[in-house]
Amino acid sequence: MIPLSHVLALSMILFILGIAGFIIRRNVVTVFMCIELMLNAVNLALIGFARYQPSLDGQLFVFFVIVVAAAEAAVGLAIIVALYRNRGSLSIDEVDSMKL
Amino acid sequence: MLQDYIPVLVQLIAVVAVAGGILGASALVGKKRPTREKLSPYECGSVPVGNARERFSISFYLVGMLFILFDVEAVFLYPWAVVYKSLKWFGFIEMFVYIAILLAGYLYLWKKGALDWSR
Amino acid sequence: MMAFQSVDTIRILPEIILSAFAILVMVLEPWVAARKSALGWLSLAGVIAAALATLKTAGSPGLAFGGSVSADGFSLFFVDLFLAIAALCLLGSIHYLERDRVHHGEYYALILLATVGACFMAASTDLIMIFIGLEISSISTYILAGFKRQELASNEASLKYFLLGSFATAFFLYGVALVYGLTGTTNLLRLREQAGGSPGAALAALALILMFVGLAFKVSSAPFQVWTPDVYQGAPAPVTAFLSTAPKAAAFAVLLRIFAGSLAGSGPVSFWVLWISAVLTMTVGNLAAIWQSNVKRLLAYSSIAHAGYVLVGITAGGAEGVSSVLFYLAGYALMNVGAFILVAHLAGRGERRVDVADYTALAAARPSAAALLTVFLVSLAGFPGTVGFFAKFYVFRAAVHAHLIGLVTIALLNSVVSVYYYLKIVVAMYMGEGETGVSAAAMPNALRAAVVLSVAGIFYLGLYPAPLLAALARIPKPGL
Repeated sequence: MIPLSHVLALSMILFILGIAGFIIRRNVVTVFMCIELMLNAVNLALIGFARYQPSLDGQLFVFFVIVVAAAEAAVGLAIIVALYRNRGSLSIDEVDSMKL
Repeated sequence: MLQDYIPVLVQLIAVVAVAGGILGASALVGKKRPTREKLSPYECGSVPVGNARERFSISFYLVGMLFILFDVEAVFLYPWAVVYKSLKWFGFIEMFVYIAILLAGYLYLWKKGALDWSR
Repeated sequence: MMAFQSVDTIRILPEIILSAFAILVMVLEPWVAARKSALGWLSLAGVIAAALATLKTAGSPGLAFGGSVSADGFSLFFVDLFLAIAALCLLGSIHYLERDRVHHGEYYALILLATVGACFMAASTDLIMIFIGLEISSISTYILAGFKRQELASNEASLKYFLLGSFATAFFLYGVALVYGLTGTTNLLRLREQAGGSPGAALAALALILMFVGLAFKVSSAPFQVWTPDVYQGAPAPVTAFLSTAPKAAAFAVLLRIFAGSLAGSGPVSFWVLWISAVLTMTVGNLAAIWQSNVKRLLAYSSIAHAGYVLVGITAGGAEGVSSVLFYLAGYALMNVGAFILVAHLAGRGERRVDVADYTALAAARPSAAALLTVFLVSLAGFPGTVGFFAKFYVFRAAVHAHLIGLVTIALLNSVVSVYYYLKIVVAMYMGEGETGVSAAAMPNALRAAVVLSVAGIFYLGLYPAPLLAALARIPKPGL
């Protein structure tokens, strides 16, 4: 059986990769995918924990996270499409019509 | 500890050697007679039409998104099915309400014309 | 296996009614071609029906659905607050949407759904339910912020809100996952029993900080406030009125449940996190607001500063601190919603007139509009006679009683600074020379009703705060 620490370490690495990508990457879609990566890191941690807990709540929680992530993806991509139609670019740096 | 991985290393080398050897040998020794049919993209036997890099209609995105949403909603049916017997009528009614809400969304999409491919 | 009782549905009856109306409005939308405003009035009817349902809910308080939702005084206060905010925003939106040619029924459905989410955030006693409520309200407001699809500013507001909002949610979620891993439960009531000698103190601190970061984004407390000005500026103004109050108050409700309640045993970590974040939030909000020339942006920074004052009350904690926070959130909702929907009207078609300079000499041209806006601004500044004064007073008093003299001093200095930029607009309206730039259109009746109701509330609570405060003091506070 894989020890919990390994699962947690992988999940933390994925989560931190997601944060790093969110900050570094300049393409809106990539940034969005980094958020999805963070959510999936959470899912991994939850499943890892659920194996070592008497209750199944963790696995059920993962279902909710997946569904919410799908809803977020639908809305997020729609927002990105709307922005692309008006702006014609997917670069984060160009989303600056309001002053900082 | 590290010695345990020696078989893996051996297999890795063997895989690279065999695969590389066969591919390399066929590239060196084999005859090359390109024809139009051989160079066209493999589409499981049907004749390819048009360019693969053309722009897709936005309807693909919309339908894809709707599919994902309704597909993912079905995930809740699995845990529900597992405990269906012990939930009795309560579970039945709950799932009925859930499906009804999804149907309301479907009705909205339909009436809005989101499923109308020709738009 | 939890047993279902019919009383469970009564305990979430307001949310059920709101959801039903939201779905009804959404399904009716494609059928109603001409008079979309009918859907607005239908939504308002839904809000009123839900408000009546809270009376029934209040009659049978207790836990519902296996202890994941609680119908108590605390959650009912928030549900009523959100319903009031939703009603005012709906009244302020109907003519706005027509004027700016974005009249779609989905707007009303989304407002109702965002309200449902906020209600569940305040009412839930389980971290999973809190997460779902958070996401229902967030996803609805992401769409609302970008409701003017053809406008670049609205697109950008929506995108920024979406990206940073989901980023924050991921943090909150990771915190929840760690809490679950450490304790084996996500139920706040069961966590409260376990608080104290739980294993892995370092991981517990990390979980708390992660959850705090997630919620700090939602209440736009520094240093997680960077999205707020852009989103509030770019979103349609009635939407800004909603999302600067309801989701924010809901996130504060969750903060109260988690920090004043279930995980209070974690001691100095959460205290200092709150203390520092309160100071930063107030100061950043007020100092940045001074330099703003766009009224929506100025109000956005002002709302950041107000989040800082609320955090002072949360830092103070205790029964008195929590009561003062609830009072503050009610008062803040009245003045902020009123100010934003009035600004939405004055900005004219396409919201082009939103500079402080446009408000020059407004009092001469439109005395009643200028007077109403003055009430909102003066209340936001915290002048006596308005709810803004007592809201600040109670929060600061609770902090003094908790021996947070340093924090109160900083907060008082901040309030003094804030007077400058609120009065800047008032001075421009009354003493500025020249032609006013804002729209000359007459105020529609629905908007007038909403604005007058908010002003009445501001004066009522500003002159007779005692009844509400006494009622709030009687509410049982989570974890106390």
